[in-house]
Amino acid sequence: MLGRLTWAAIPFNEALPILSGAVVGIVILAVLGTVTVKGWWPYLWREWLTSVDHKRIGIMYVVLGLVMLLRGFSDAIMMRTQQAIAIGPSQGYLPPDHFDQIFSAHGTIMIFFVAMPLVIGLMNFAVPLQLGVRDVAFPVLNSISLWLAATGALLINMSLVIGNFARTGWWAYPPLSELAFSPDVGVDYYLWSLQISGVGTLLTGINFVTTILKLRAPGMTYFRMPVFCWTALASNLLIVAAFPVLTAAFVMLLLDRYLGMHFFTNDAGGNQMMYVNLFWAWGHPEVYILILPAFGIYSEVVATFSGKALFSYRSMVWATLGICILSFMVWLHHFFTMGAGADVNAFFGIMSSIIAVPTGVKIFNWLFTMFRGRIVYKTPMLFSVGFMVTFVIGGLTGVLLAVPPVDFVVHNSAFLVAHFHNVIIGGVVFGVLAGINYWFPKAFGFTLDERWGKASFWCWLIGFYLAFMPLYQLGLMGMTRRLQHIPTPSWQPLLWVAEAGAIVILCGILCQVAQIYVSIRSRERRLDLTGDPWNGRTLEWSTSSPPPAYNFAVLPRVETVDAFWHMKRTGRPPAEPTYESIEMPRNSPAGFVTAFFAVVMGFSLIWQIWWLAILGFLAAITVVLVAAWSTEREHEISAAELAQLERAR
Amino acid sequence: MTIAAIDSPQTAVPTELARGRGGGGPAPKRVVVAYGFWIFILSDMVMFSALFAAYAVLSGNTAGGPTGAELFNLRSVFIETMCLLLSSYTCGIAVLSAERRDPTRLFIFAALTFVLGAAFLFIEVTEFAGMVDKGAGPSRSAFLSSFFTLVGTHGVHVASGLVALVYLVAQVAAKGLQAAVLRRLLCWSLFWHALDIVWVGVFTLVYLMGA
Amino acid sequence: MDPQGPIASAERLLLVNSTGIMLVVVIPVIIATLAFAWWYRSSNSRANRDSDEGYEQRIEFVVWSIPALTVILLGGVIWIGSHELDPRAPLPKSSDPLRVDVVALDWKWLFIYPDKGVAAVNQLVIPTGTPVAFRITSATVMNSFFVPQLGSQIYAMGGMTTHLNLLADKPGEYPGLSANFSGDGFSEMRFIVKSVSSDDFNAWLEQVRGAGSALGEPGYAELAKPSIAVPPTTYHSVDPKLFERIVEQTVAGPRKMGGSSQPQPLTRRAGD
Repeated sequence: MLGRLTWAAIPFNEALPILSGAVVGIVILAVLGTVTVKGWWPYLWREWLTSVDHKRIGIMYVVLGLVMLLRGFSDAIMMRTQQAIAIGPSQGYLPPDHFDQIFSAHGTIMIFFVAMPLVIGLMNFAVPLQLGVRDVAFPVLNSISLWLAATGALLINMSLVIGNFARTGWWAYPPLSELAFSPDVGVDYYLWSLQISGVGTLLTGINFVTTILKLRAPGMTYFRMPVFCWTALASNLLIVAAFPVLTAAFVMLLLDRYLGMHFFTNDAGGNQMMYVNLFWAWGHPEVYILILPAFGIYSEVVATFSGKALFSYRSMVWATLGICILSFMVWLHHFFTMGAGADVNAFFGIMSSIIAVPTGVKIFNWLFTMFRGRIVYKTPMLFSVGFMVTFVIGGLTGVLLAVPPVDFVVHNSAFLVAHFHNVIIGGVVFGVLAGINYWFPKAFGFTLDERWGKASFWCWLIGFYLAFMPLYQLGLMGMTRRLQHIPTPSWQPLLWVAEAGAIVILCGILCQVAQIYVSIRSRERRLDLTGDPWNGRTLEWSTSSPPPAYNFAVLPRVETVDAFWHMKRTGRPPAEPTYESIEMPRNSPAGFVTAFFAVVMGFSLIWQIWWLAILGFLAAITVVLVAAWSTEREHEISAAELAQLERAR
Repeated sequence: MTIAAIDSPQTAVPTELARGRGGGGPAPKRVVVAYGFWIFILSDMVMFSALFAAYAVLSGNTAGGPTGAELFNLRSVFIETMCLLLSSYTCGIAVLSAERRDPTRLFIFAALTFVLGAAFLFIEVTEFAGMVDKGAGPSRSAFLSSFFTLVGTHGVHVASGLVALVYLVAQVAAKGLQAAVLRRLLCWSLFWHALDIVWVGVFTLVYLMGA
Repeated sequence: MDPQGPIASAERLLLVNSTGIMLVVVIPVIIATLAFAWWYRSSNSRANRDSDEGYEQRIEFVVWSIPALTVILLGGVIWIGSHELDPRAPLPKSSDPLRVDVVALDWKWLFIYPDKGVAAVNQLVIPTGTPVAFRITSATVMNSFFVPQLGSQIYAMGGMTTHLNLLADKPGEYPGLSANFSGDGFSEMRFIVKSVSSDDFNAWLEQVRGAGSALGEPGYAELAKPSIAVPPTTYHSVDPKLFERIVEQTVAGPRKMGGSSQPQPLTRRAGD
């Protein structure tokens, strides 16, 4: 009746998951309770849960990412603590069973449910505004994407208290992830959670490629688009081209596990090397999916806060496209040690270092944007400068890893862990935090508190160096990754430094929580009344803060790159524009309801409750078909209404 | 003006603003929808490529079990291929009828497309069942796993296409051939033709080269 | 970073050289970033400021050239280094290599000396100055055979054989590990490499041949059962085709699908 699901699935005898699950449960109940008591459900449903407005969807993505950051970071600090104390005779406080789940969950959550939602959320919020249009190409699909991402996040979190998570690392290499070696639900949680949210991500890719290529304000030719839109385009092209490969790889692993097939098993002709190839053929573009929008944010922030145009817009665009294409030609550098032979290894090593060229060009371009500018140090700019210093170190170690014989001695070591955290934290996280601070006033109508913002920056920066520089050293000393127990006592001091770094990063996160709280409490003092708090260059700053639902009453006419800067400089006073009626998409419950049934389906598939899985699947499909039946998706705002709304603002 | 469209020519952008490529403002809805659907098909082709790659790697791994040469019945493969190719033809005529606002002809050719697609599926399912009966199911060897998955995924796509066809014909019956419905029919036909192209790949790389 | 063999030394040299090449670019960039960030802050009245557009084609040319030249140089390093240090390639100065077959098990390492007819678990004794030609496989999930002080690691994969060539310059004891996560006992999957003189090596062989048990099929089946932190043991004789049969998977292994041995869970796992 209930498949594999029994009461034994809930680990009543294990303190850690039960306690953390209880805490999370209480927080969720408190939130839901408050919403109910205050009667906010109708508002939430109408304005947020069924919203197809890209601005609202973007904000919800960012909220999802930040909440999951707390979960992913707790995993991190647990791992750091375990490695700091489990030395020599001590086994630490996490048995291998738990430690293995924690590092697998940490990687999976950080990549798929923190970094992706944060980046996609910022793209959602800013791209249509920067393009001077009213929404993305497919607003209902956008909502579905958001809620499917939430579905995946929910499923992974359920694995904490119902069953267990995968113990395979975030790549889930077979044969370890096959039934023979991982018979329990852990890998199934991993696969279904990612497969379901992967559908949403693919839809986002389709949505944004179409939007950026086909929906721009009149006069905005390709080379007048903001650089952030170019990087968003490259990132979404990568999503469209790479995520289907992951889907296929996971389908094959799922078929191995559910129907006894032999794609990657040890026996009957399976080939585990093929999984590795497919996974990384997705995996490498994935990291560029994450970093390219961050690069775009830096381009916007550095130009704005240096008061100067970005140095060489054109080469930024070509460098972005170059990175986009090259990212498909390097995937083997994730497994030089699999024994492909010198020619193959050398080819991929050379391609991997070639990618450093357009990346280096970008760094130089930012540098020369700052050169002879007038730099104002708000939080976003601090993160950008921090990025420029930190990321080049990460890039250096990356090119080192691209030399196969060097990789032979540091592959899968703490050196590798330090490298990718270096580029992900120094690149993606700093970029997202810069972007959040940068666009927050546009989204909510008041700026974030600067002091707490700067405090969080310094904590993140110092914490990062403390936490990860020792790992470079440890990797060179022979420490491999994913160790539950450390054999060599001489490594302990460095591990304690790393632990200290994690605690400083924790302070950074707490500063951010404080920043949000303080900013909301004191928002009257930092209202953004002009819509342009930073003296910005791109079109989103020409709207009010927050913009109306339709973004622009009349689509702007674009004549140059940095369209808004040009408008300010030529200073034409706005005449009363002639309004025409516009159509805006109606809200739709399709996203939220489909995701609800997707949770049911996913959970049932994991626990092999077949009848419920089929029901959930059919229900989800039905919701989509019902939503797709209507041809009346939009409502009209007449010219007169528009004029009234505009005058009132 | 719709959120995404400039439908009337008199609101087109003056040429001095549209210098350089892509300066014409937001594209009309039918362009946007079709473009998005093309990108979706592109992504689907990428997924099929990964399945083809898996098949290429594993096609020799028969683990002592039956090979393609022993299993494939090229005659029935030929018949099902003809069914699918013909269904593309009838699909094309159906779409033409729709564009010419001729619902009756549309219904007839949609029905023919459905029948041909269903025939394809019937033959394929029979082939699969036969193989399973002979002990050559997907869990027998890596070769068979990759065969069933590649061909089966194509089959699942065909089945979904047939369900979608019924759904869309129902929309035509209920709402008539308005712009939105026509757009969806066009997208569906793109999907159907794309499946045909994938099948040509399957037919060649799996059946012809494997037999 | 404490190489005890020519492979490891060469790899460390490559690492140091490549780092040096890149630091030539990276250090000035970091200094310039911090310098510009400081000098061009808005409160600095002494700084020259540009008007809005600061673009100069000369700068653009330099901006592309520096990374391109660095990468061309590194490309050469990569090509040459990859070929010289290919794990499969026998070591340049070759006396006859000693052949060792390596099997990754749950969670220990089995070393078979096919020409000497003995085997050992979690210890690898080799003669100093003699190249060792490894054939490596896994009887379980993917692992990575790695002795950091001797050089390159390489994956151990079921049903397949990978090849590695290493050499120890001096006598000593060097730790070895698995560098690819393989399950609950992964942290303890360590072994010791003992590099000894040729005489001592032969003496060790004699000693092994005189004691311990035989590694035939039943012995192997017992060994293959999951265990952690196994103390070093030896076997006085080995089935001659054991390694090949492990690769072909015609011998009972740990947790094979439908295989004979079902593991006892090492810790209680919910949902099992």
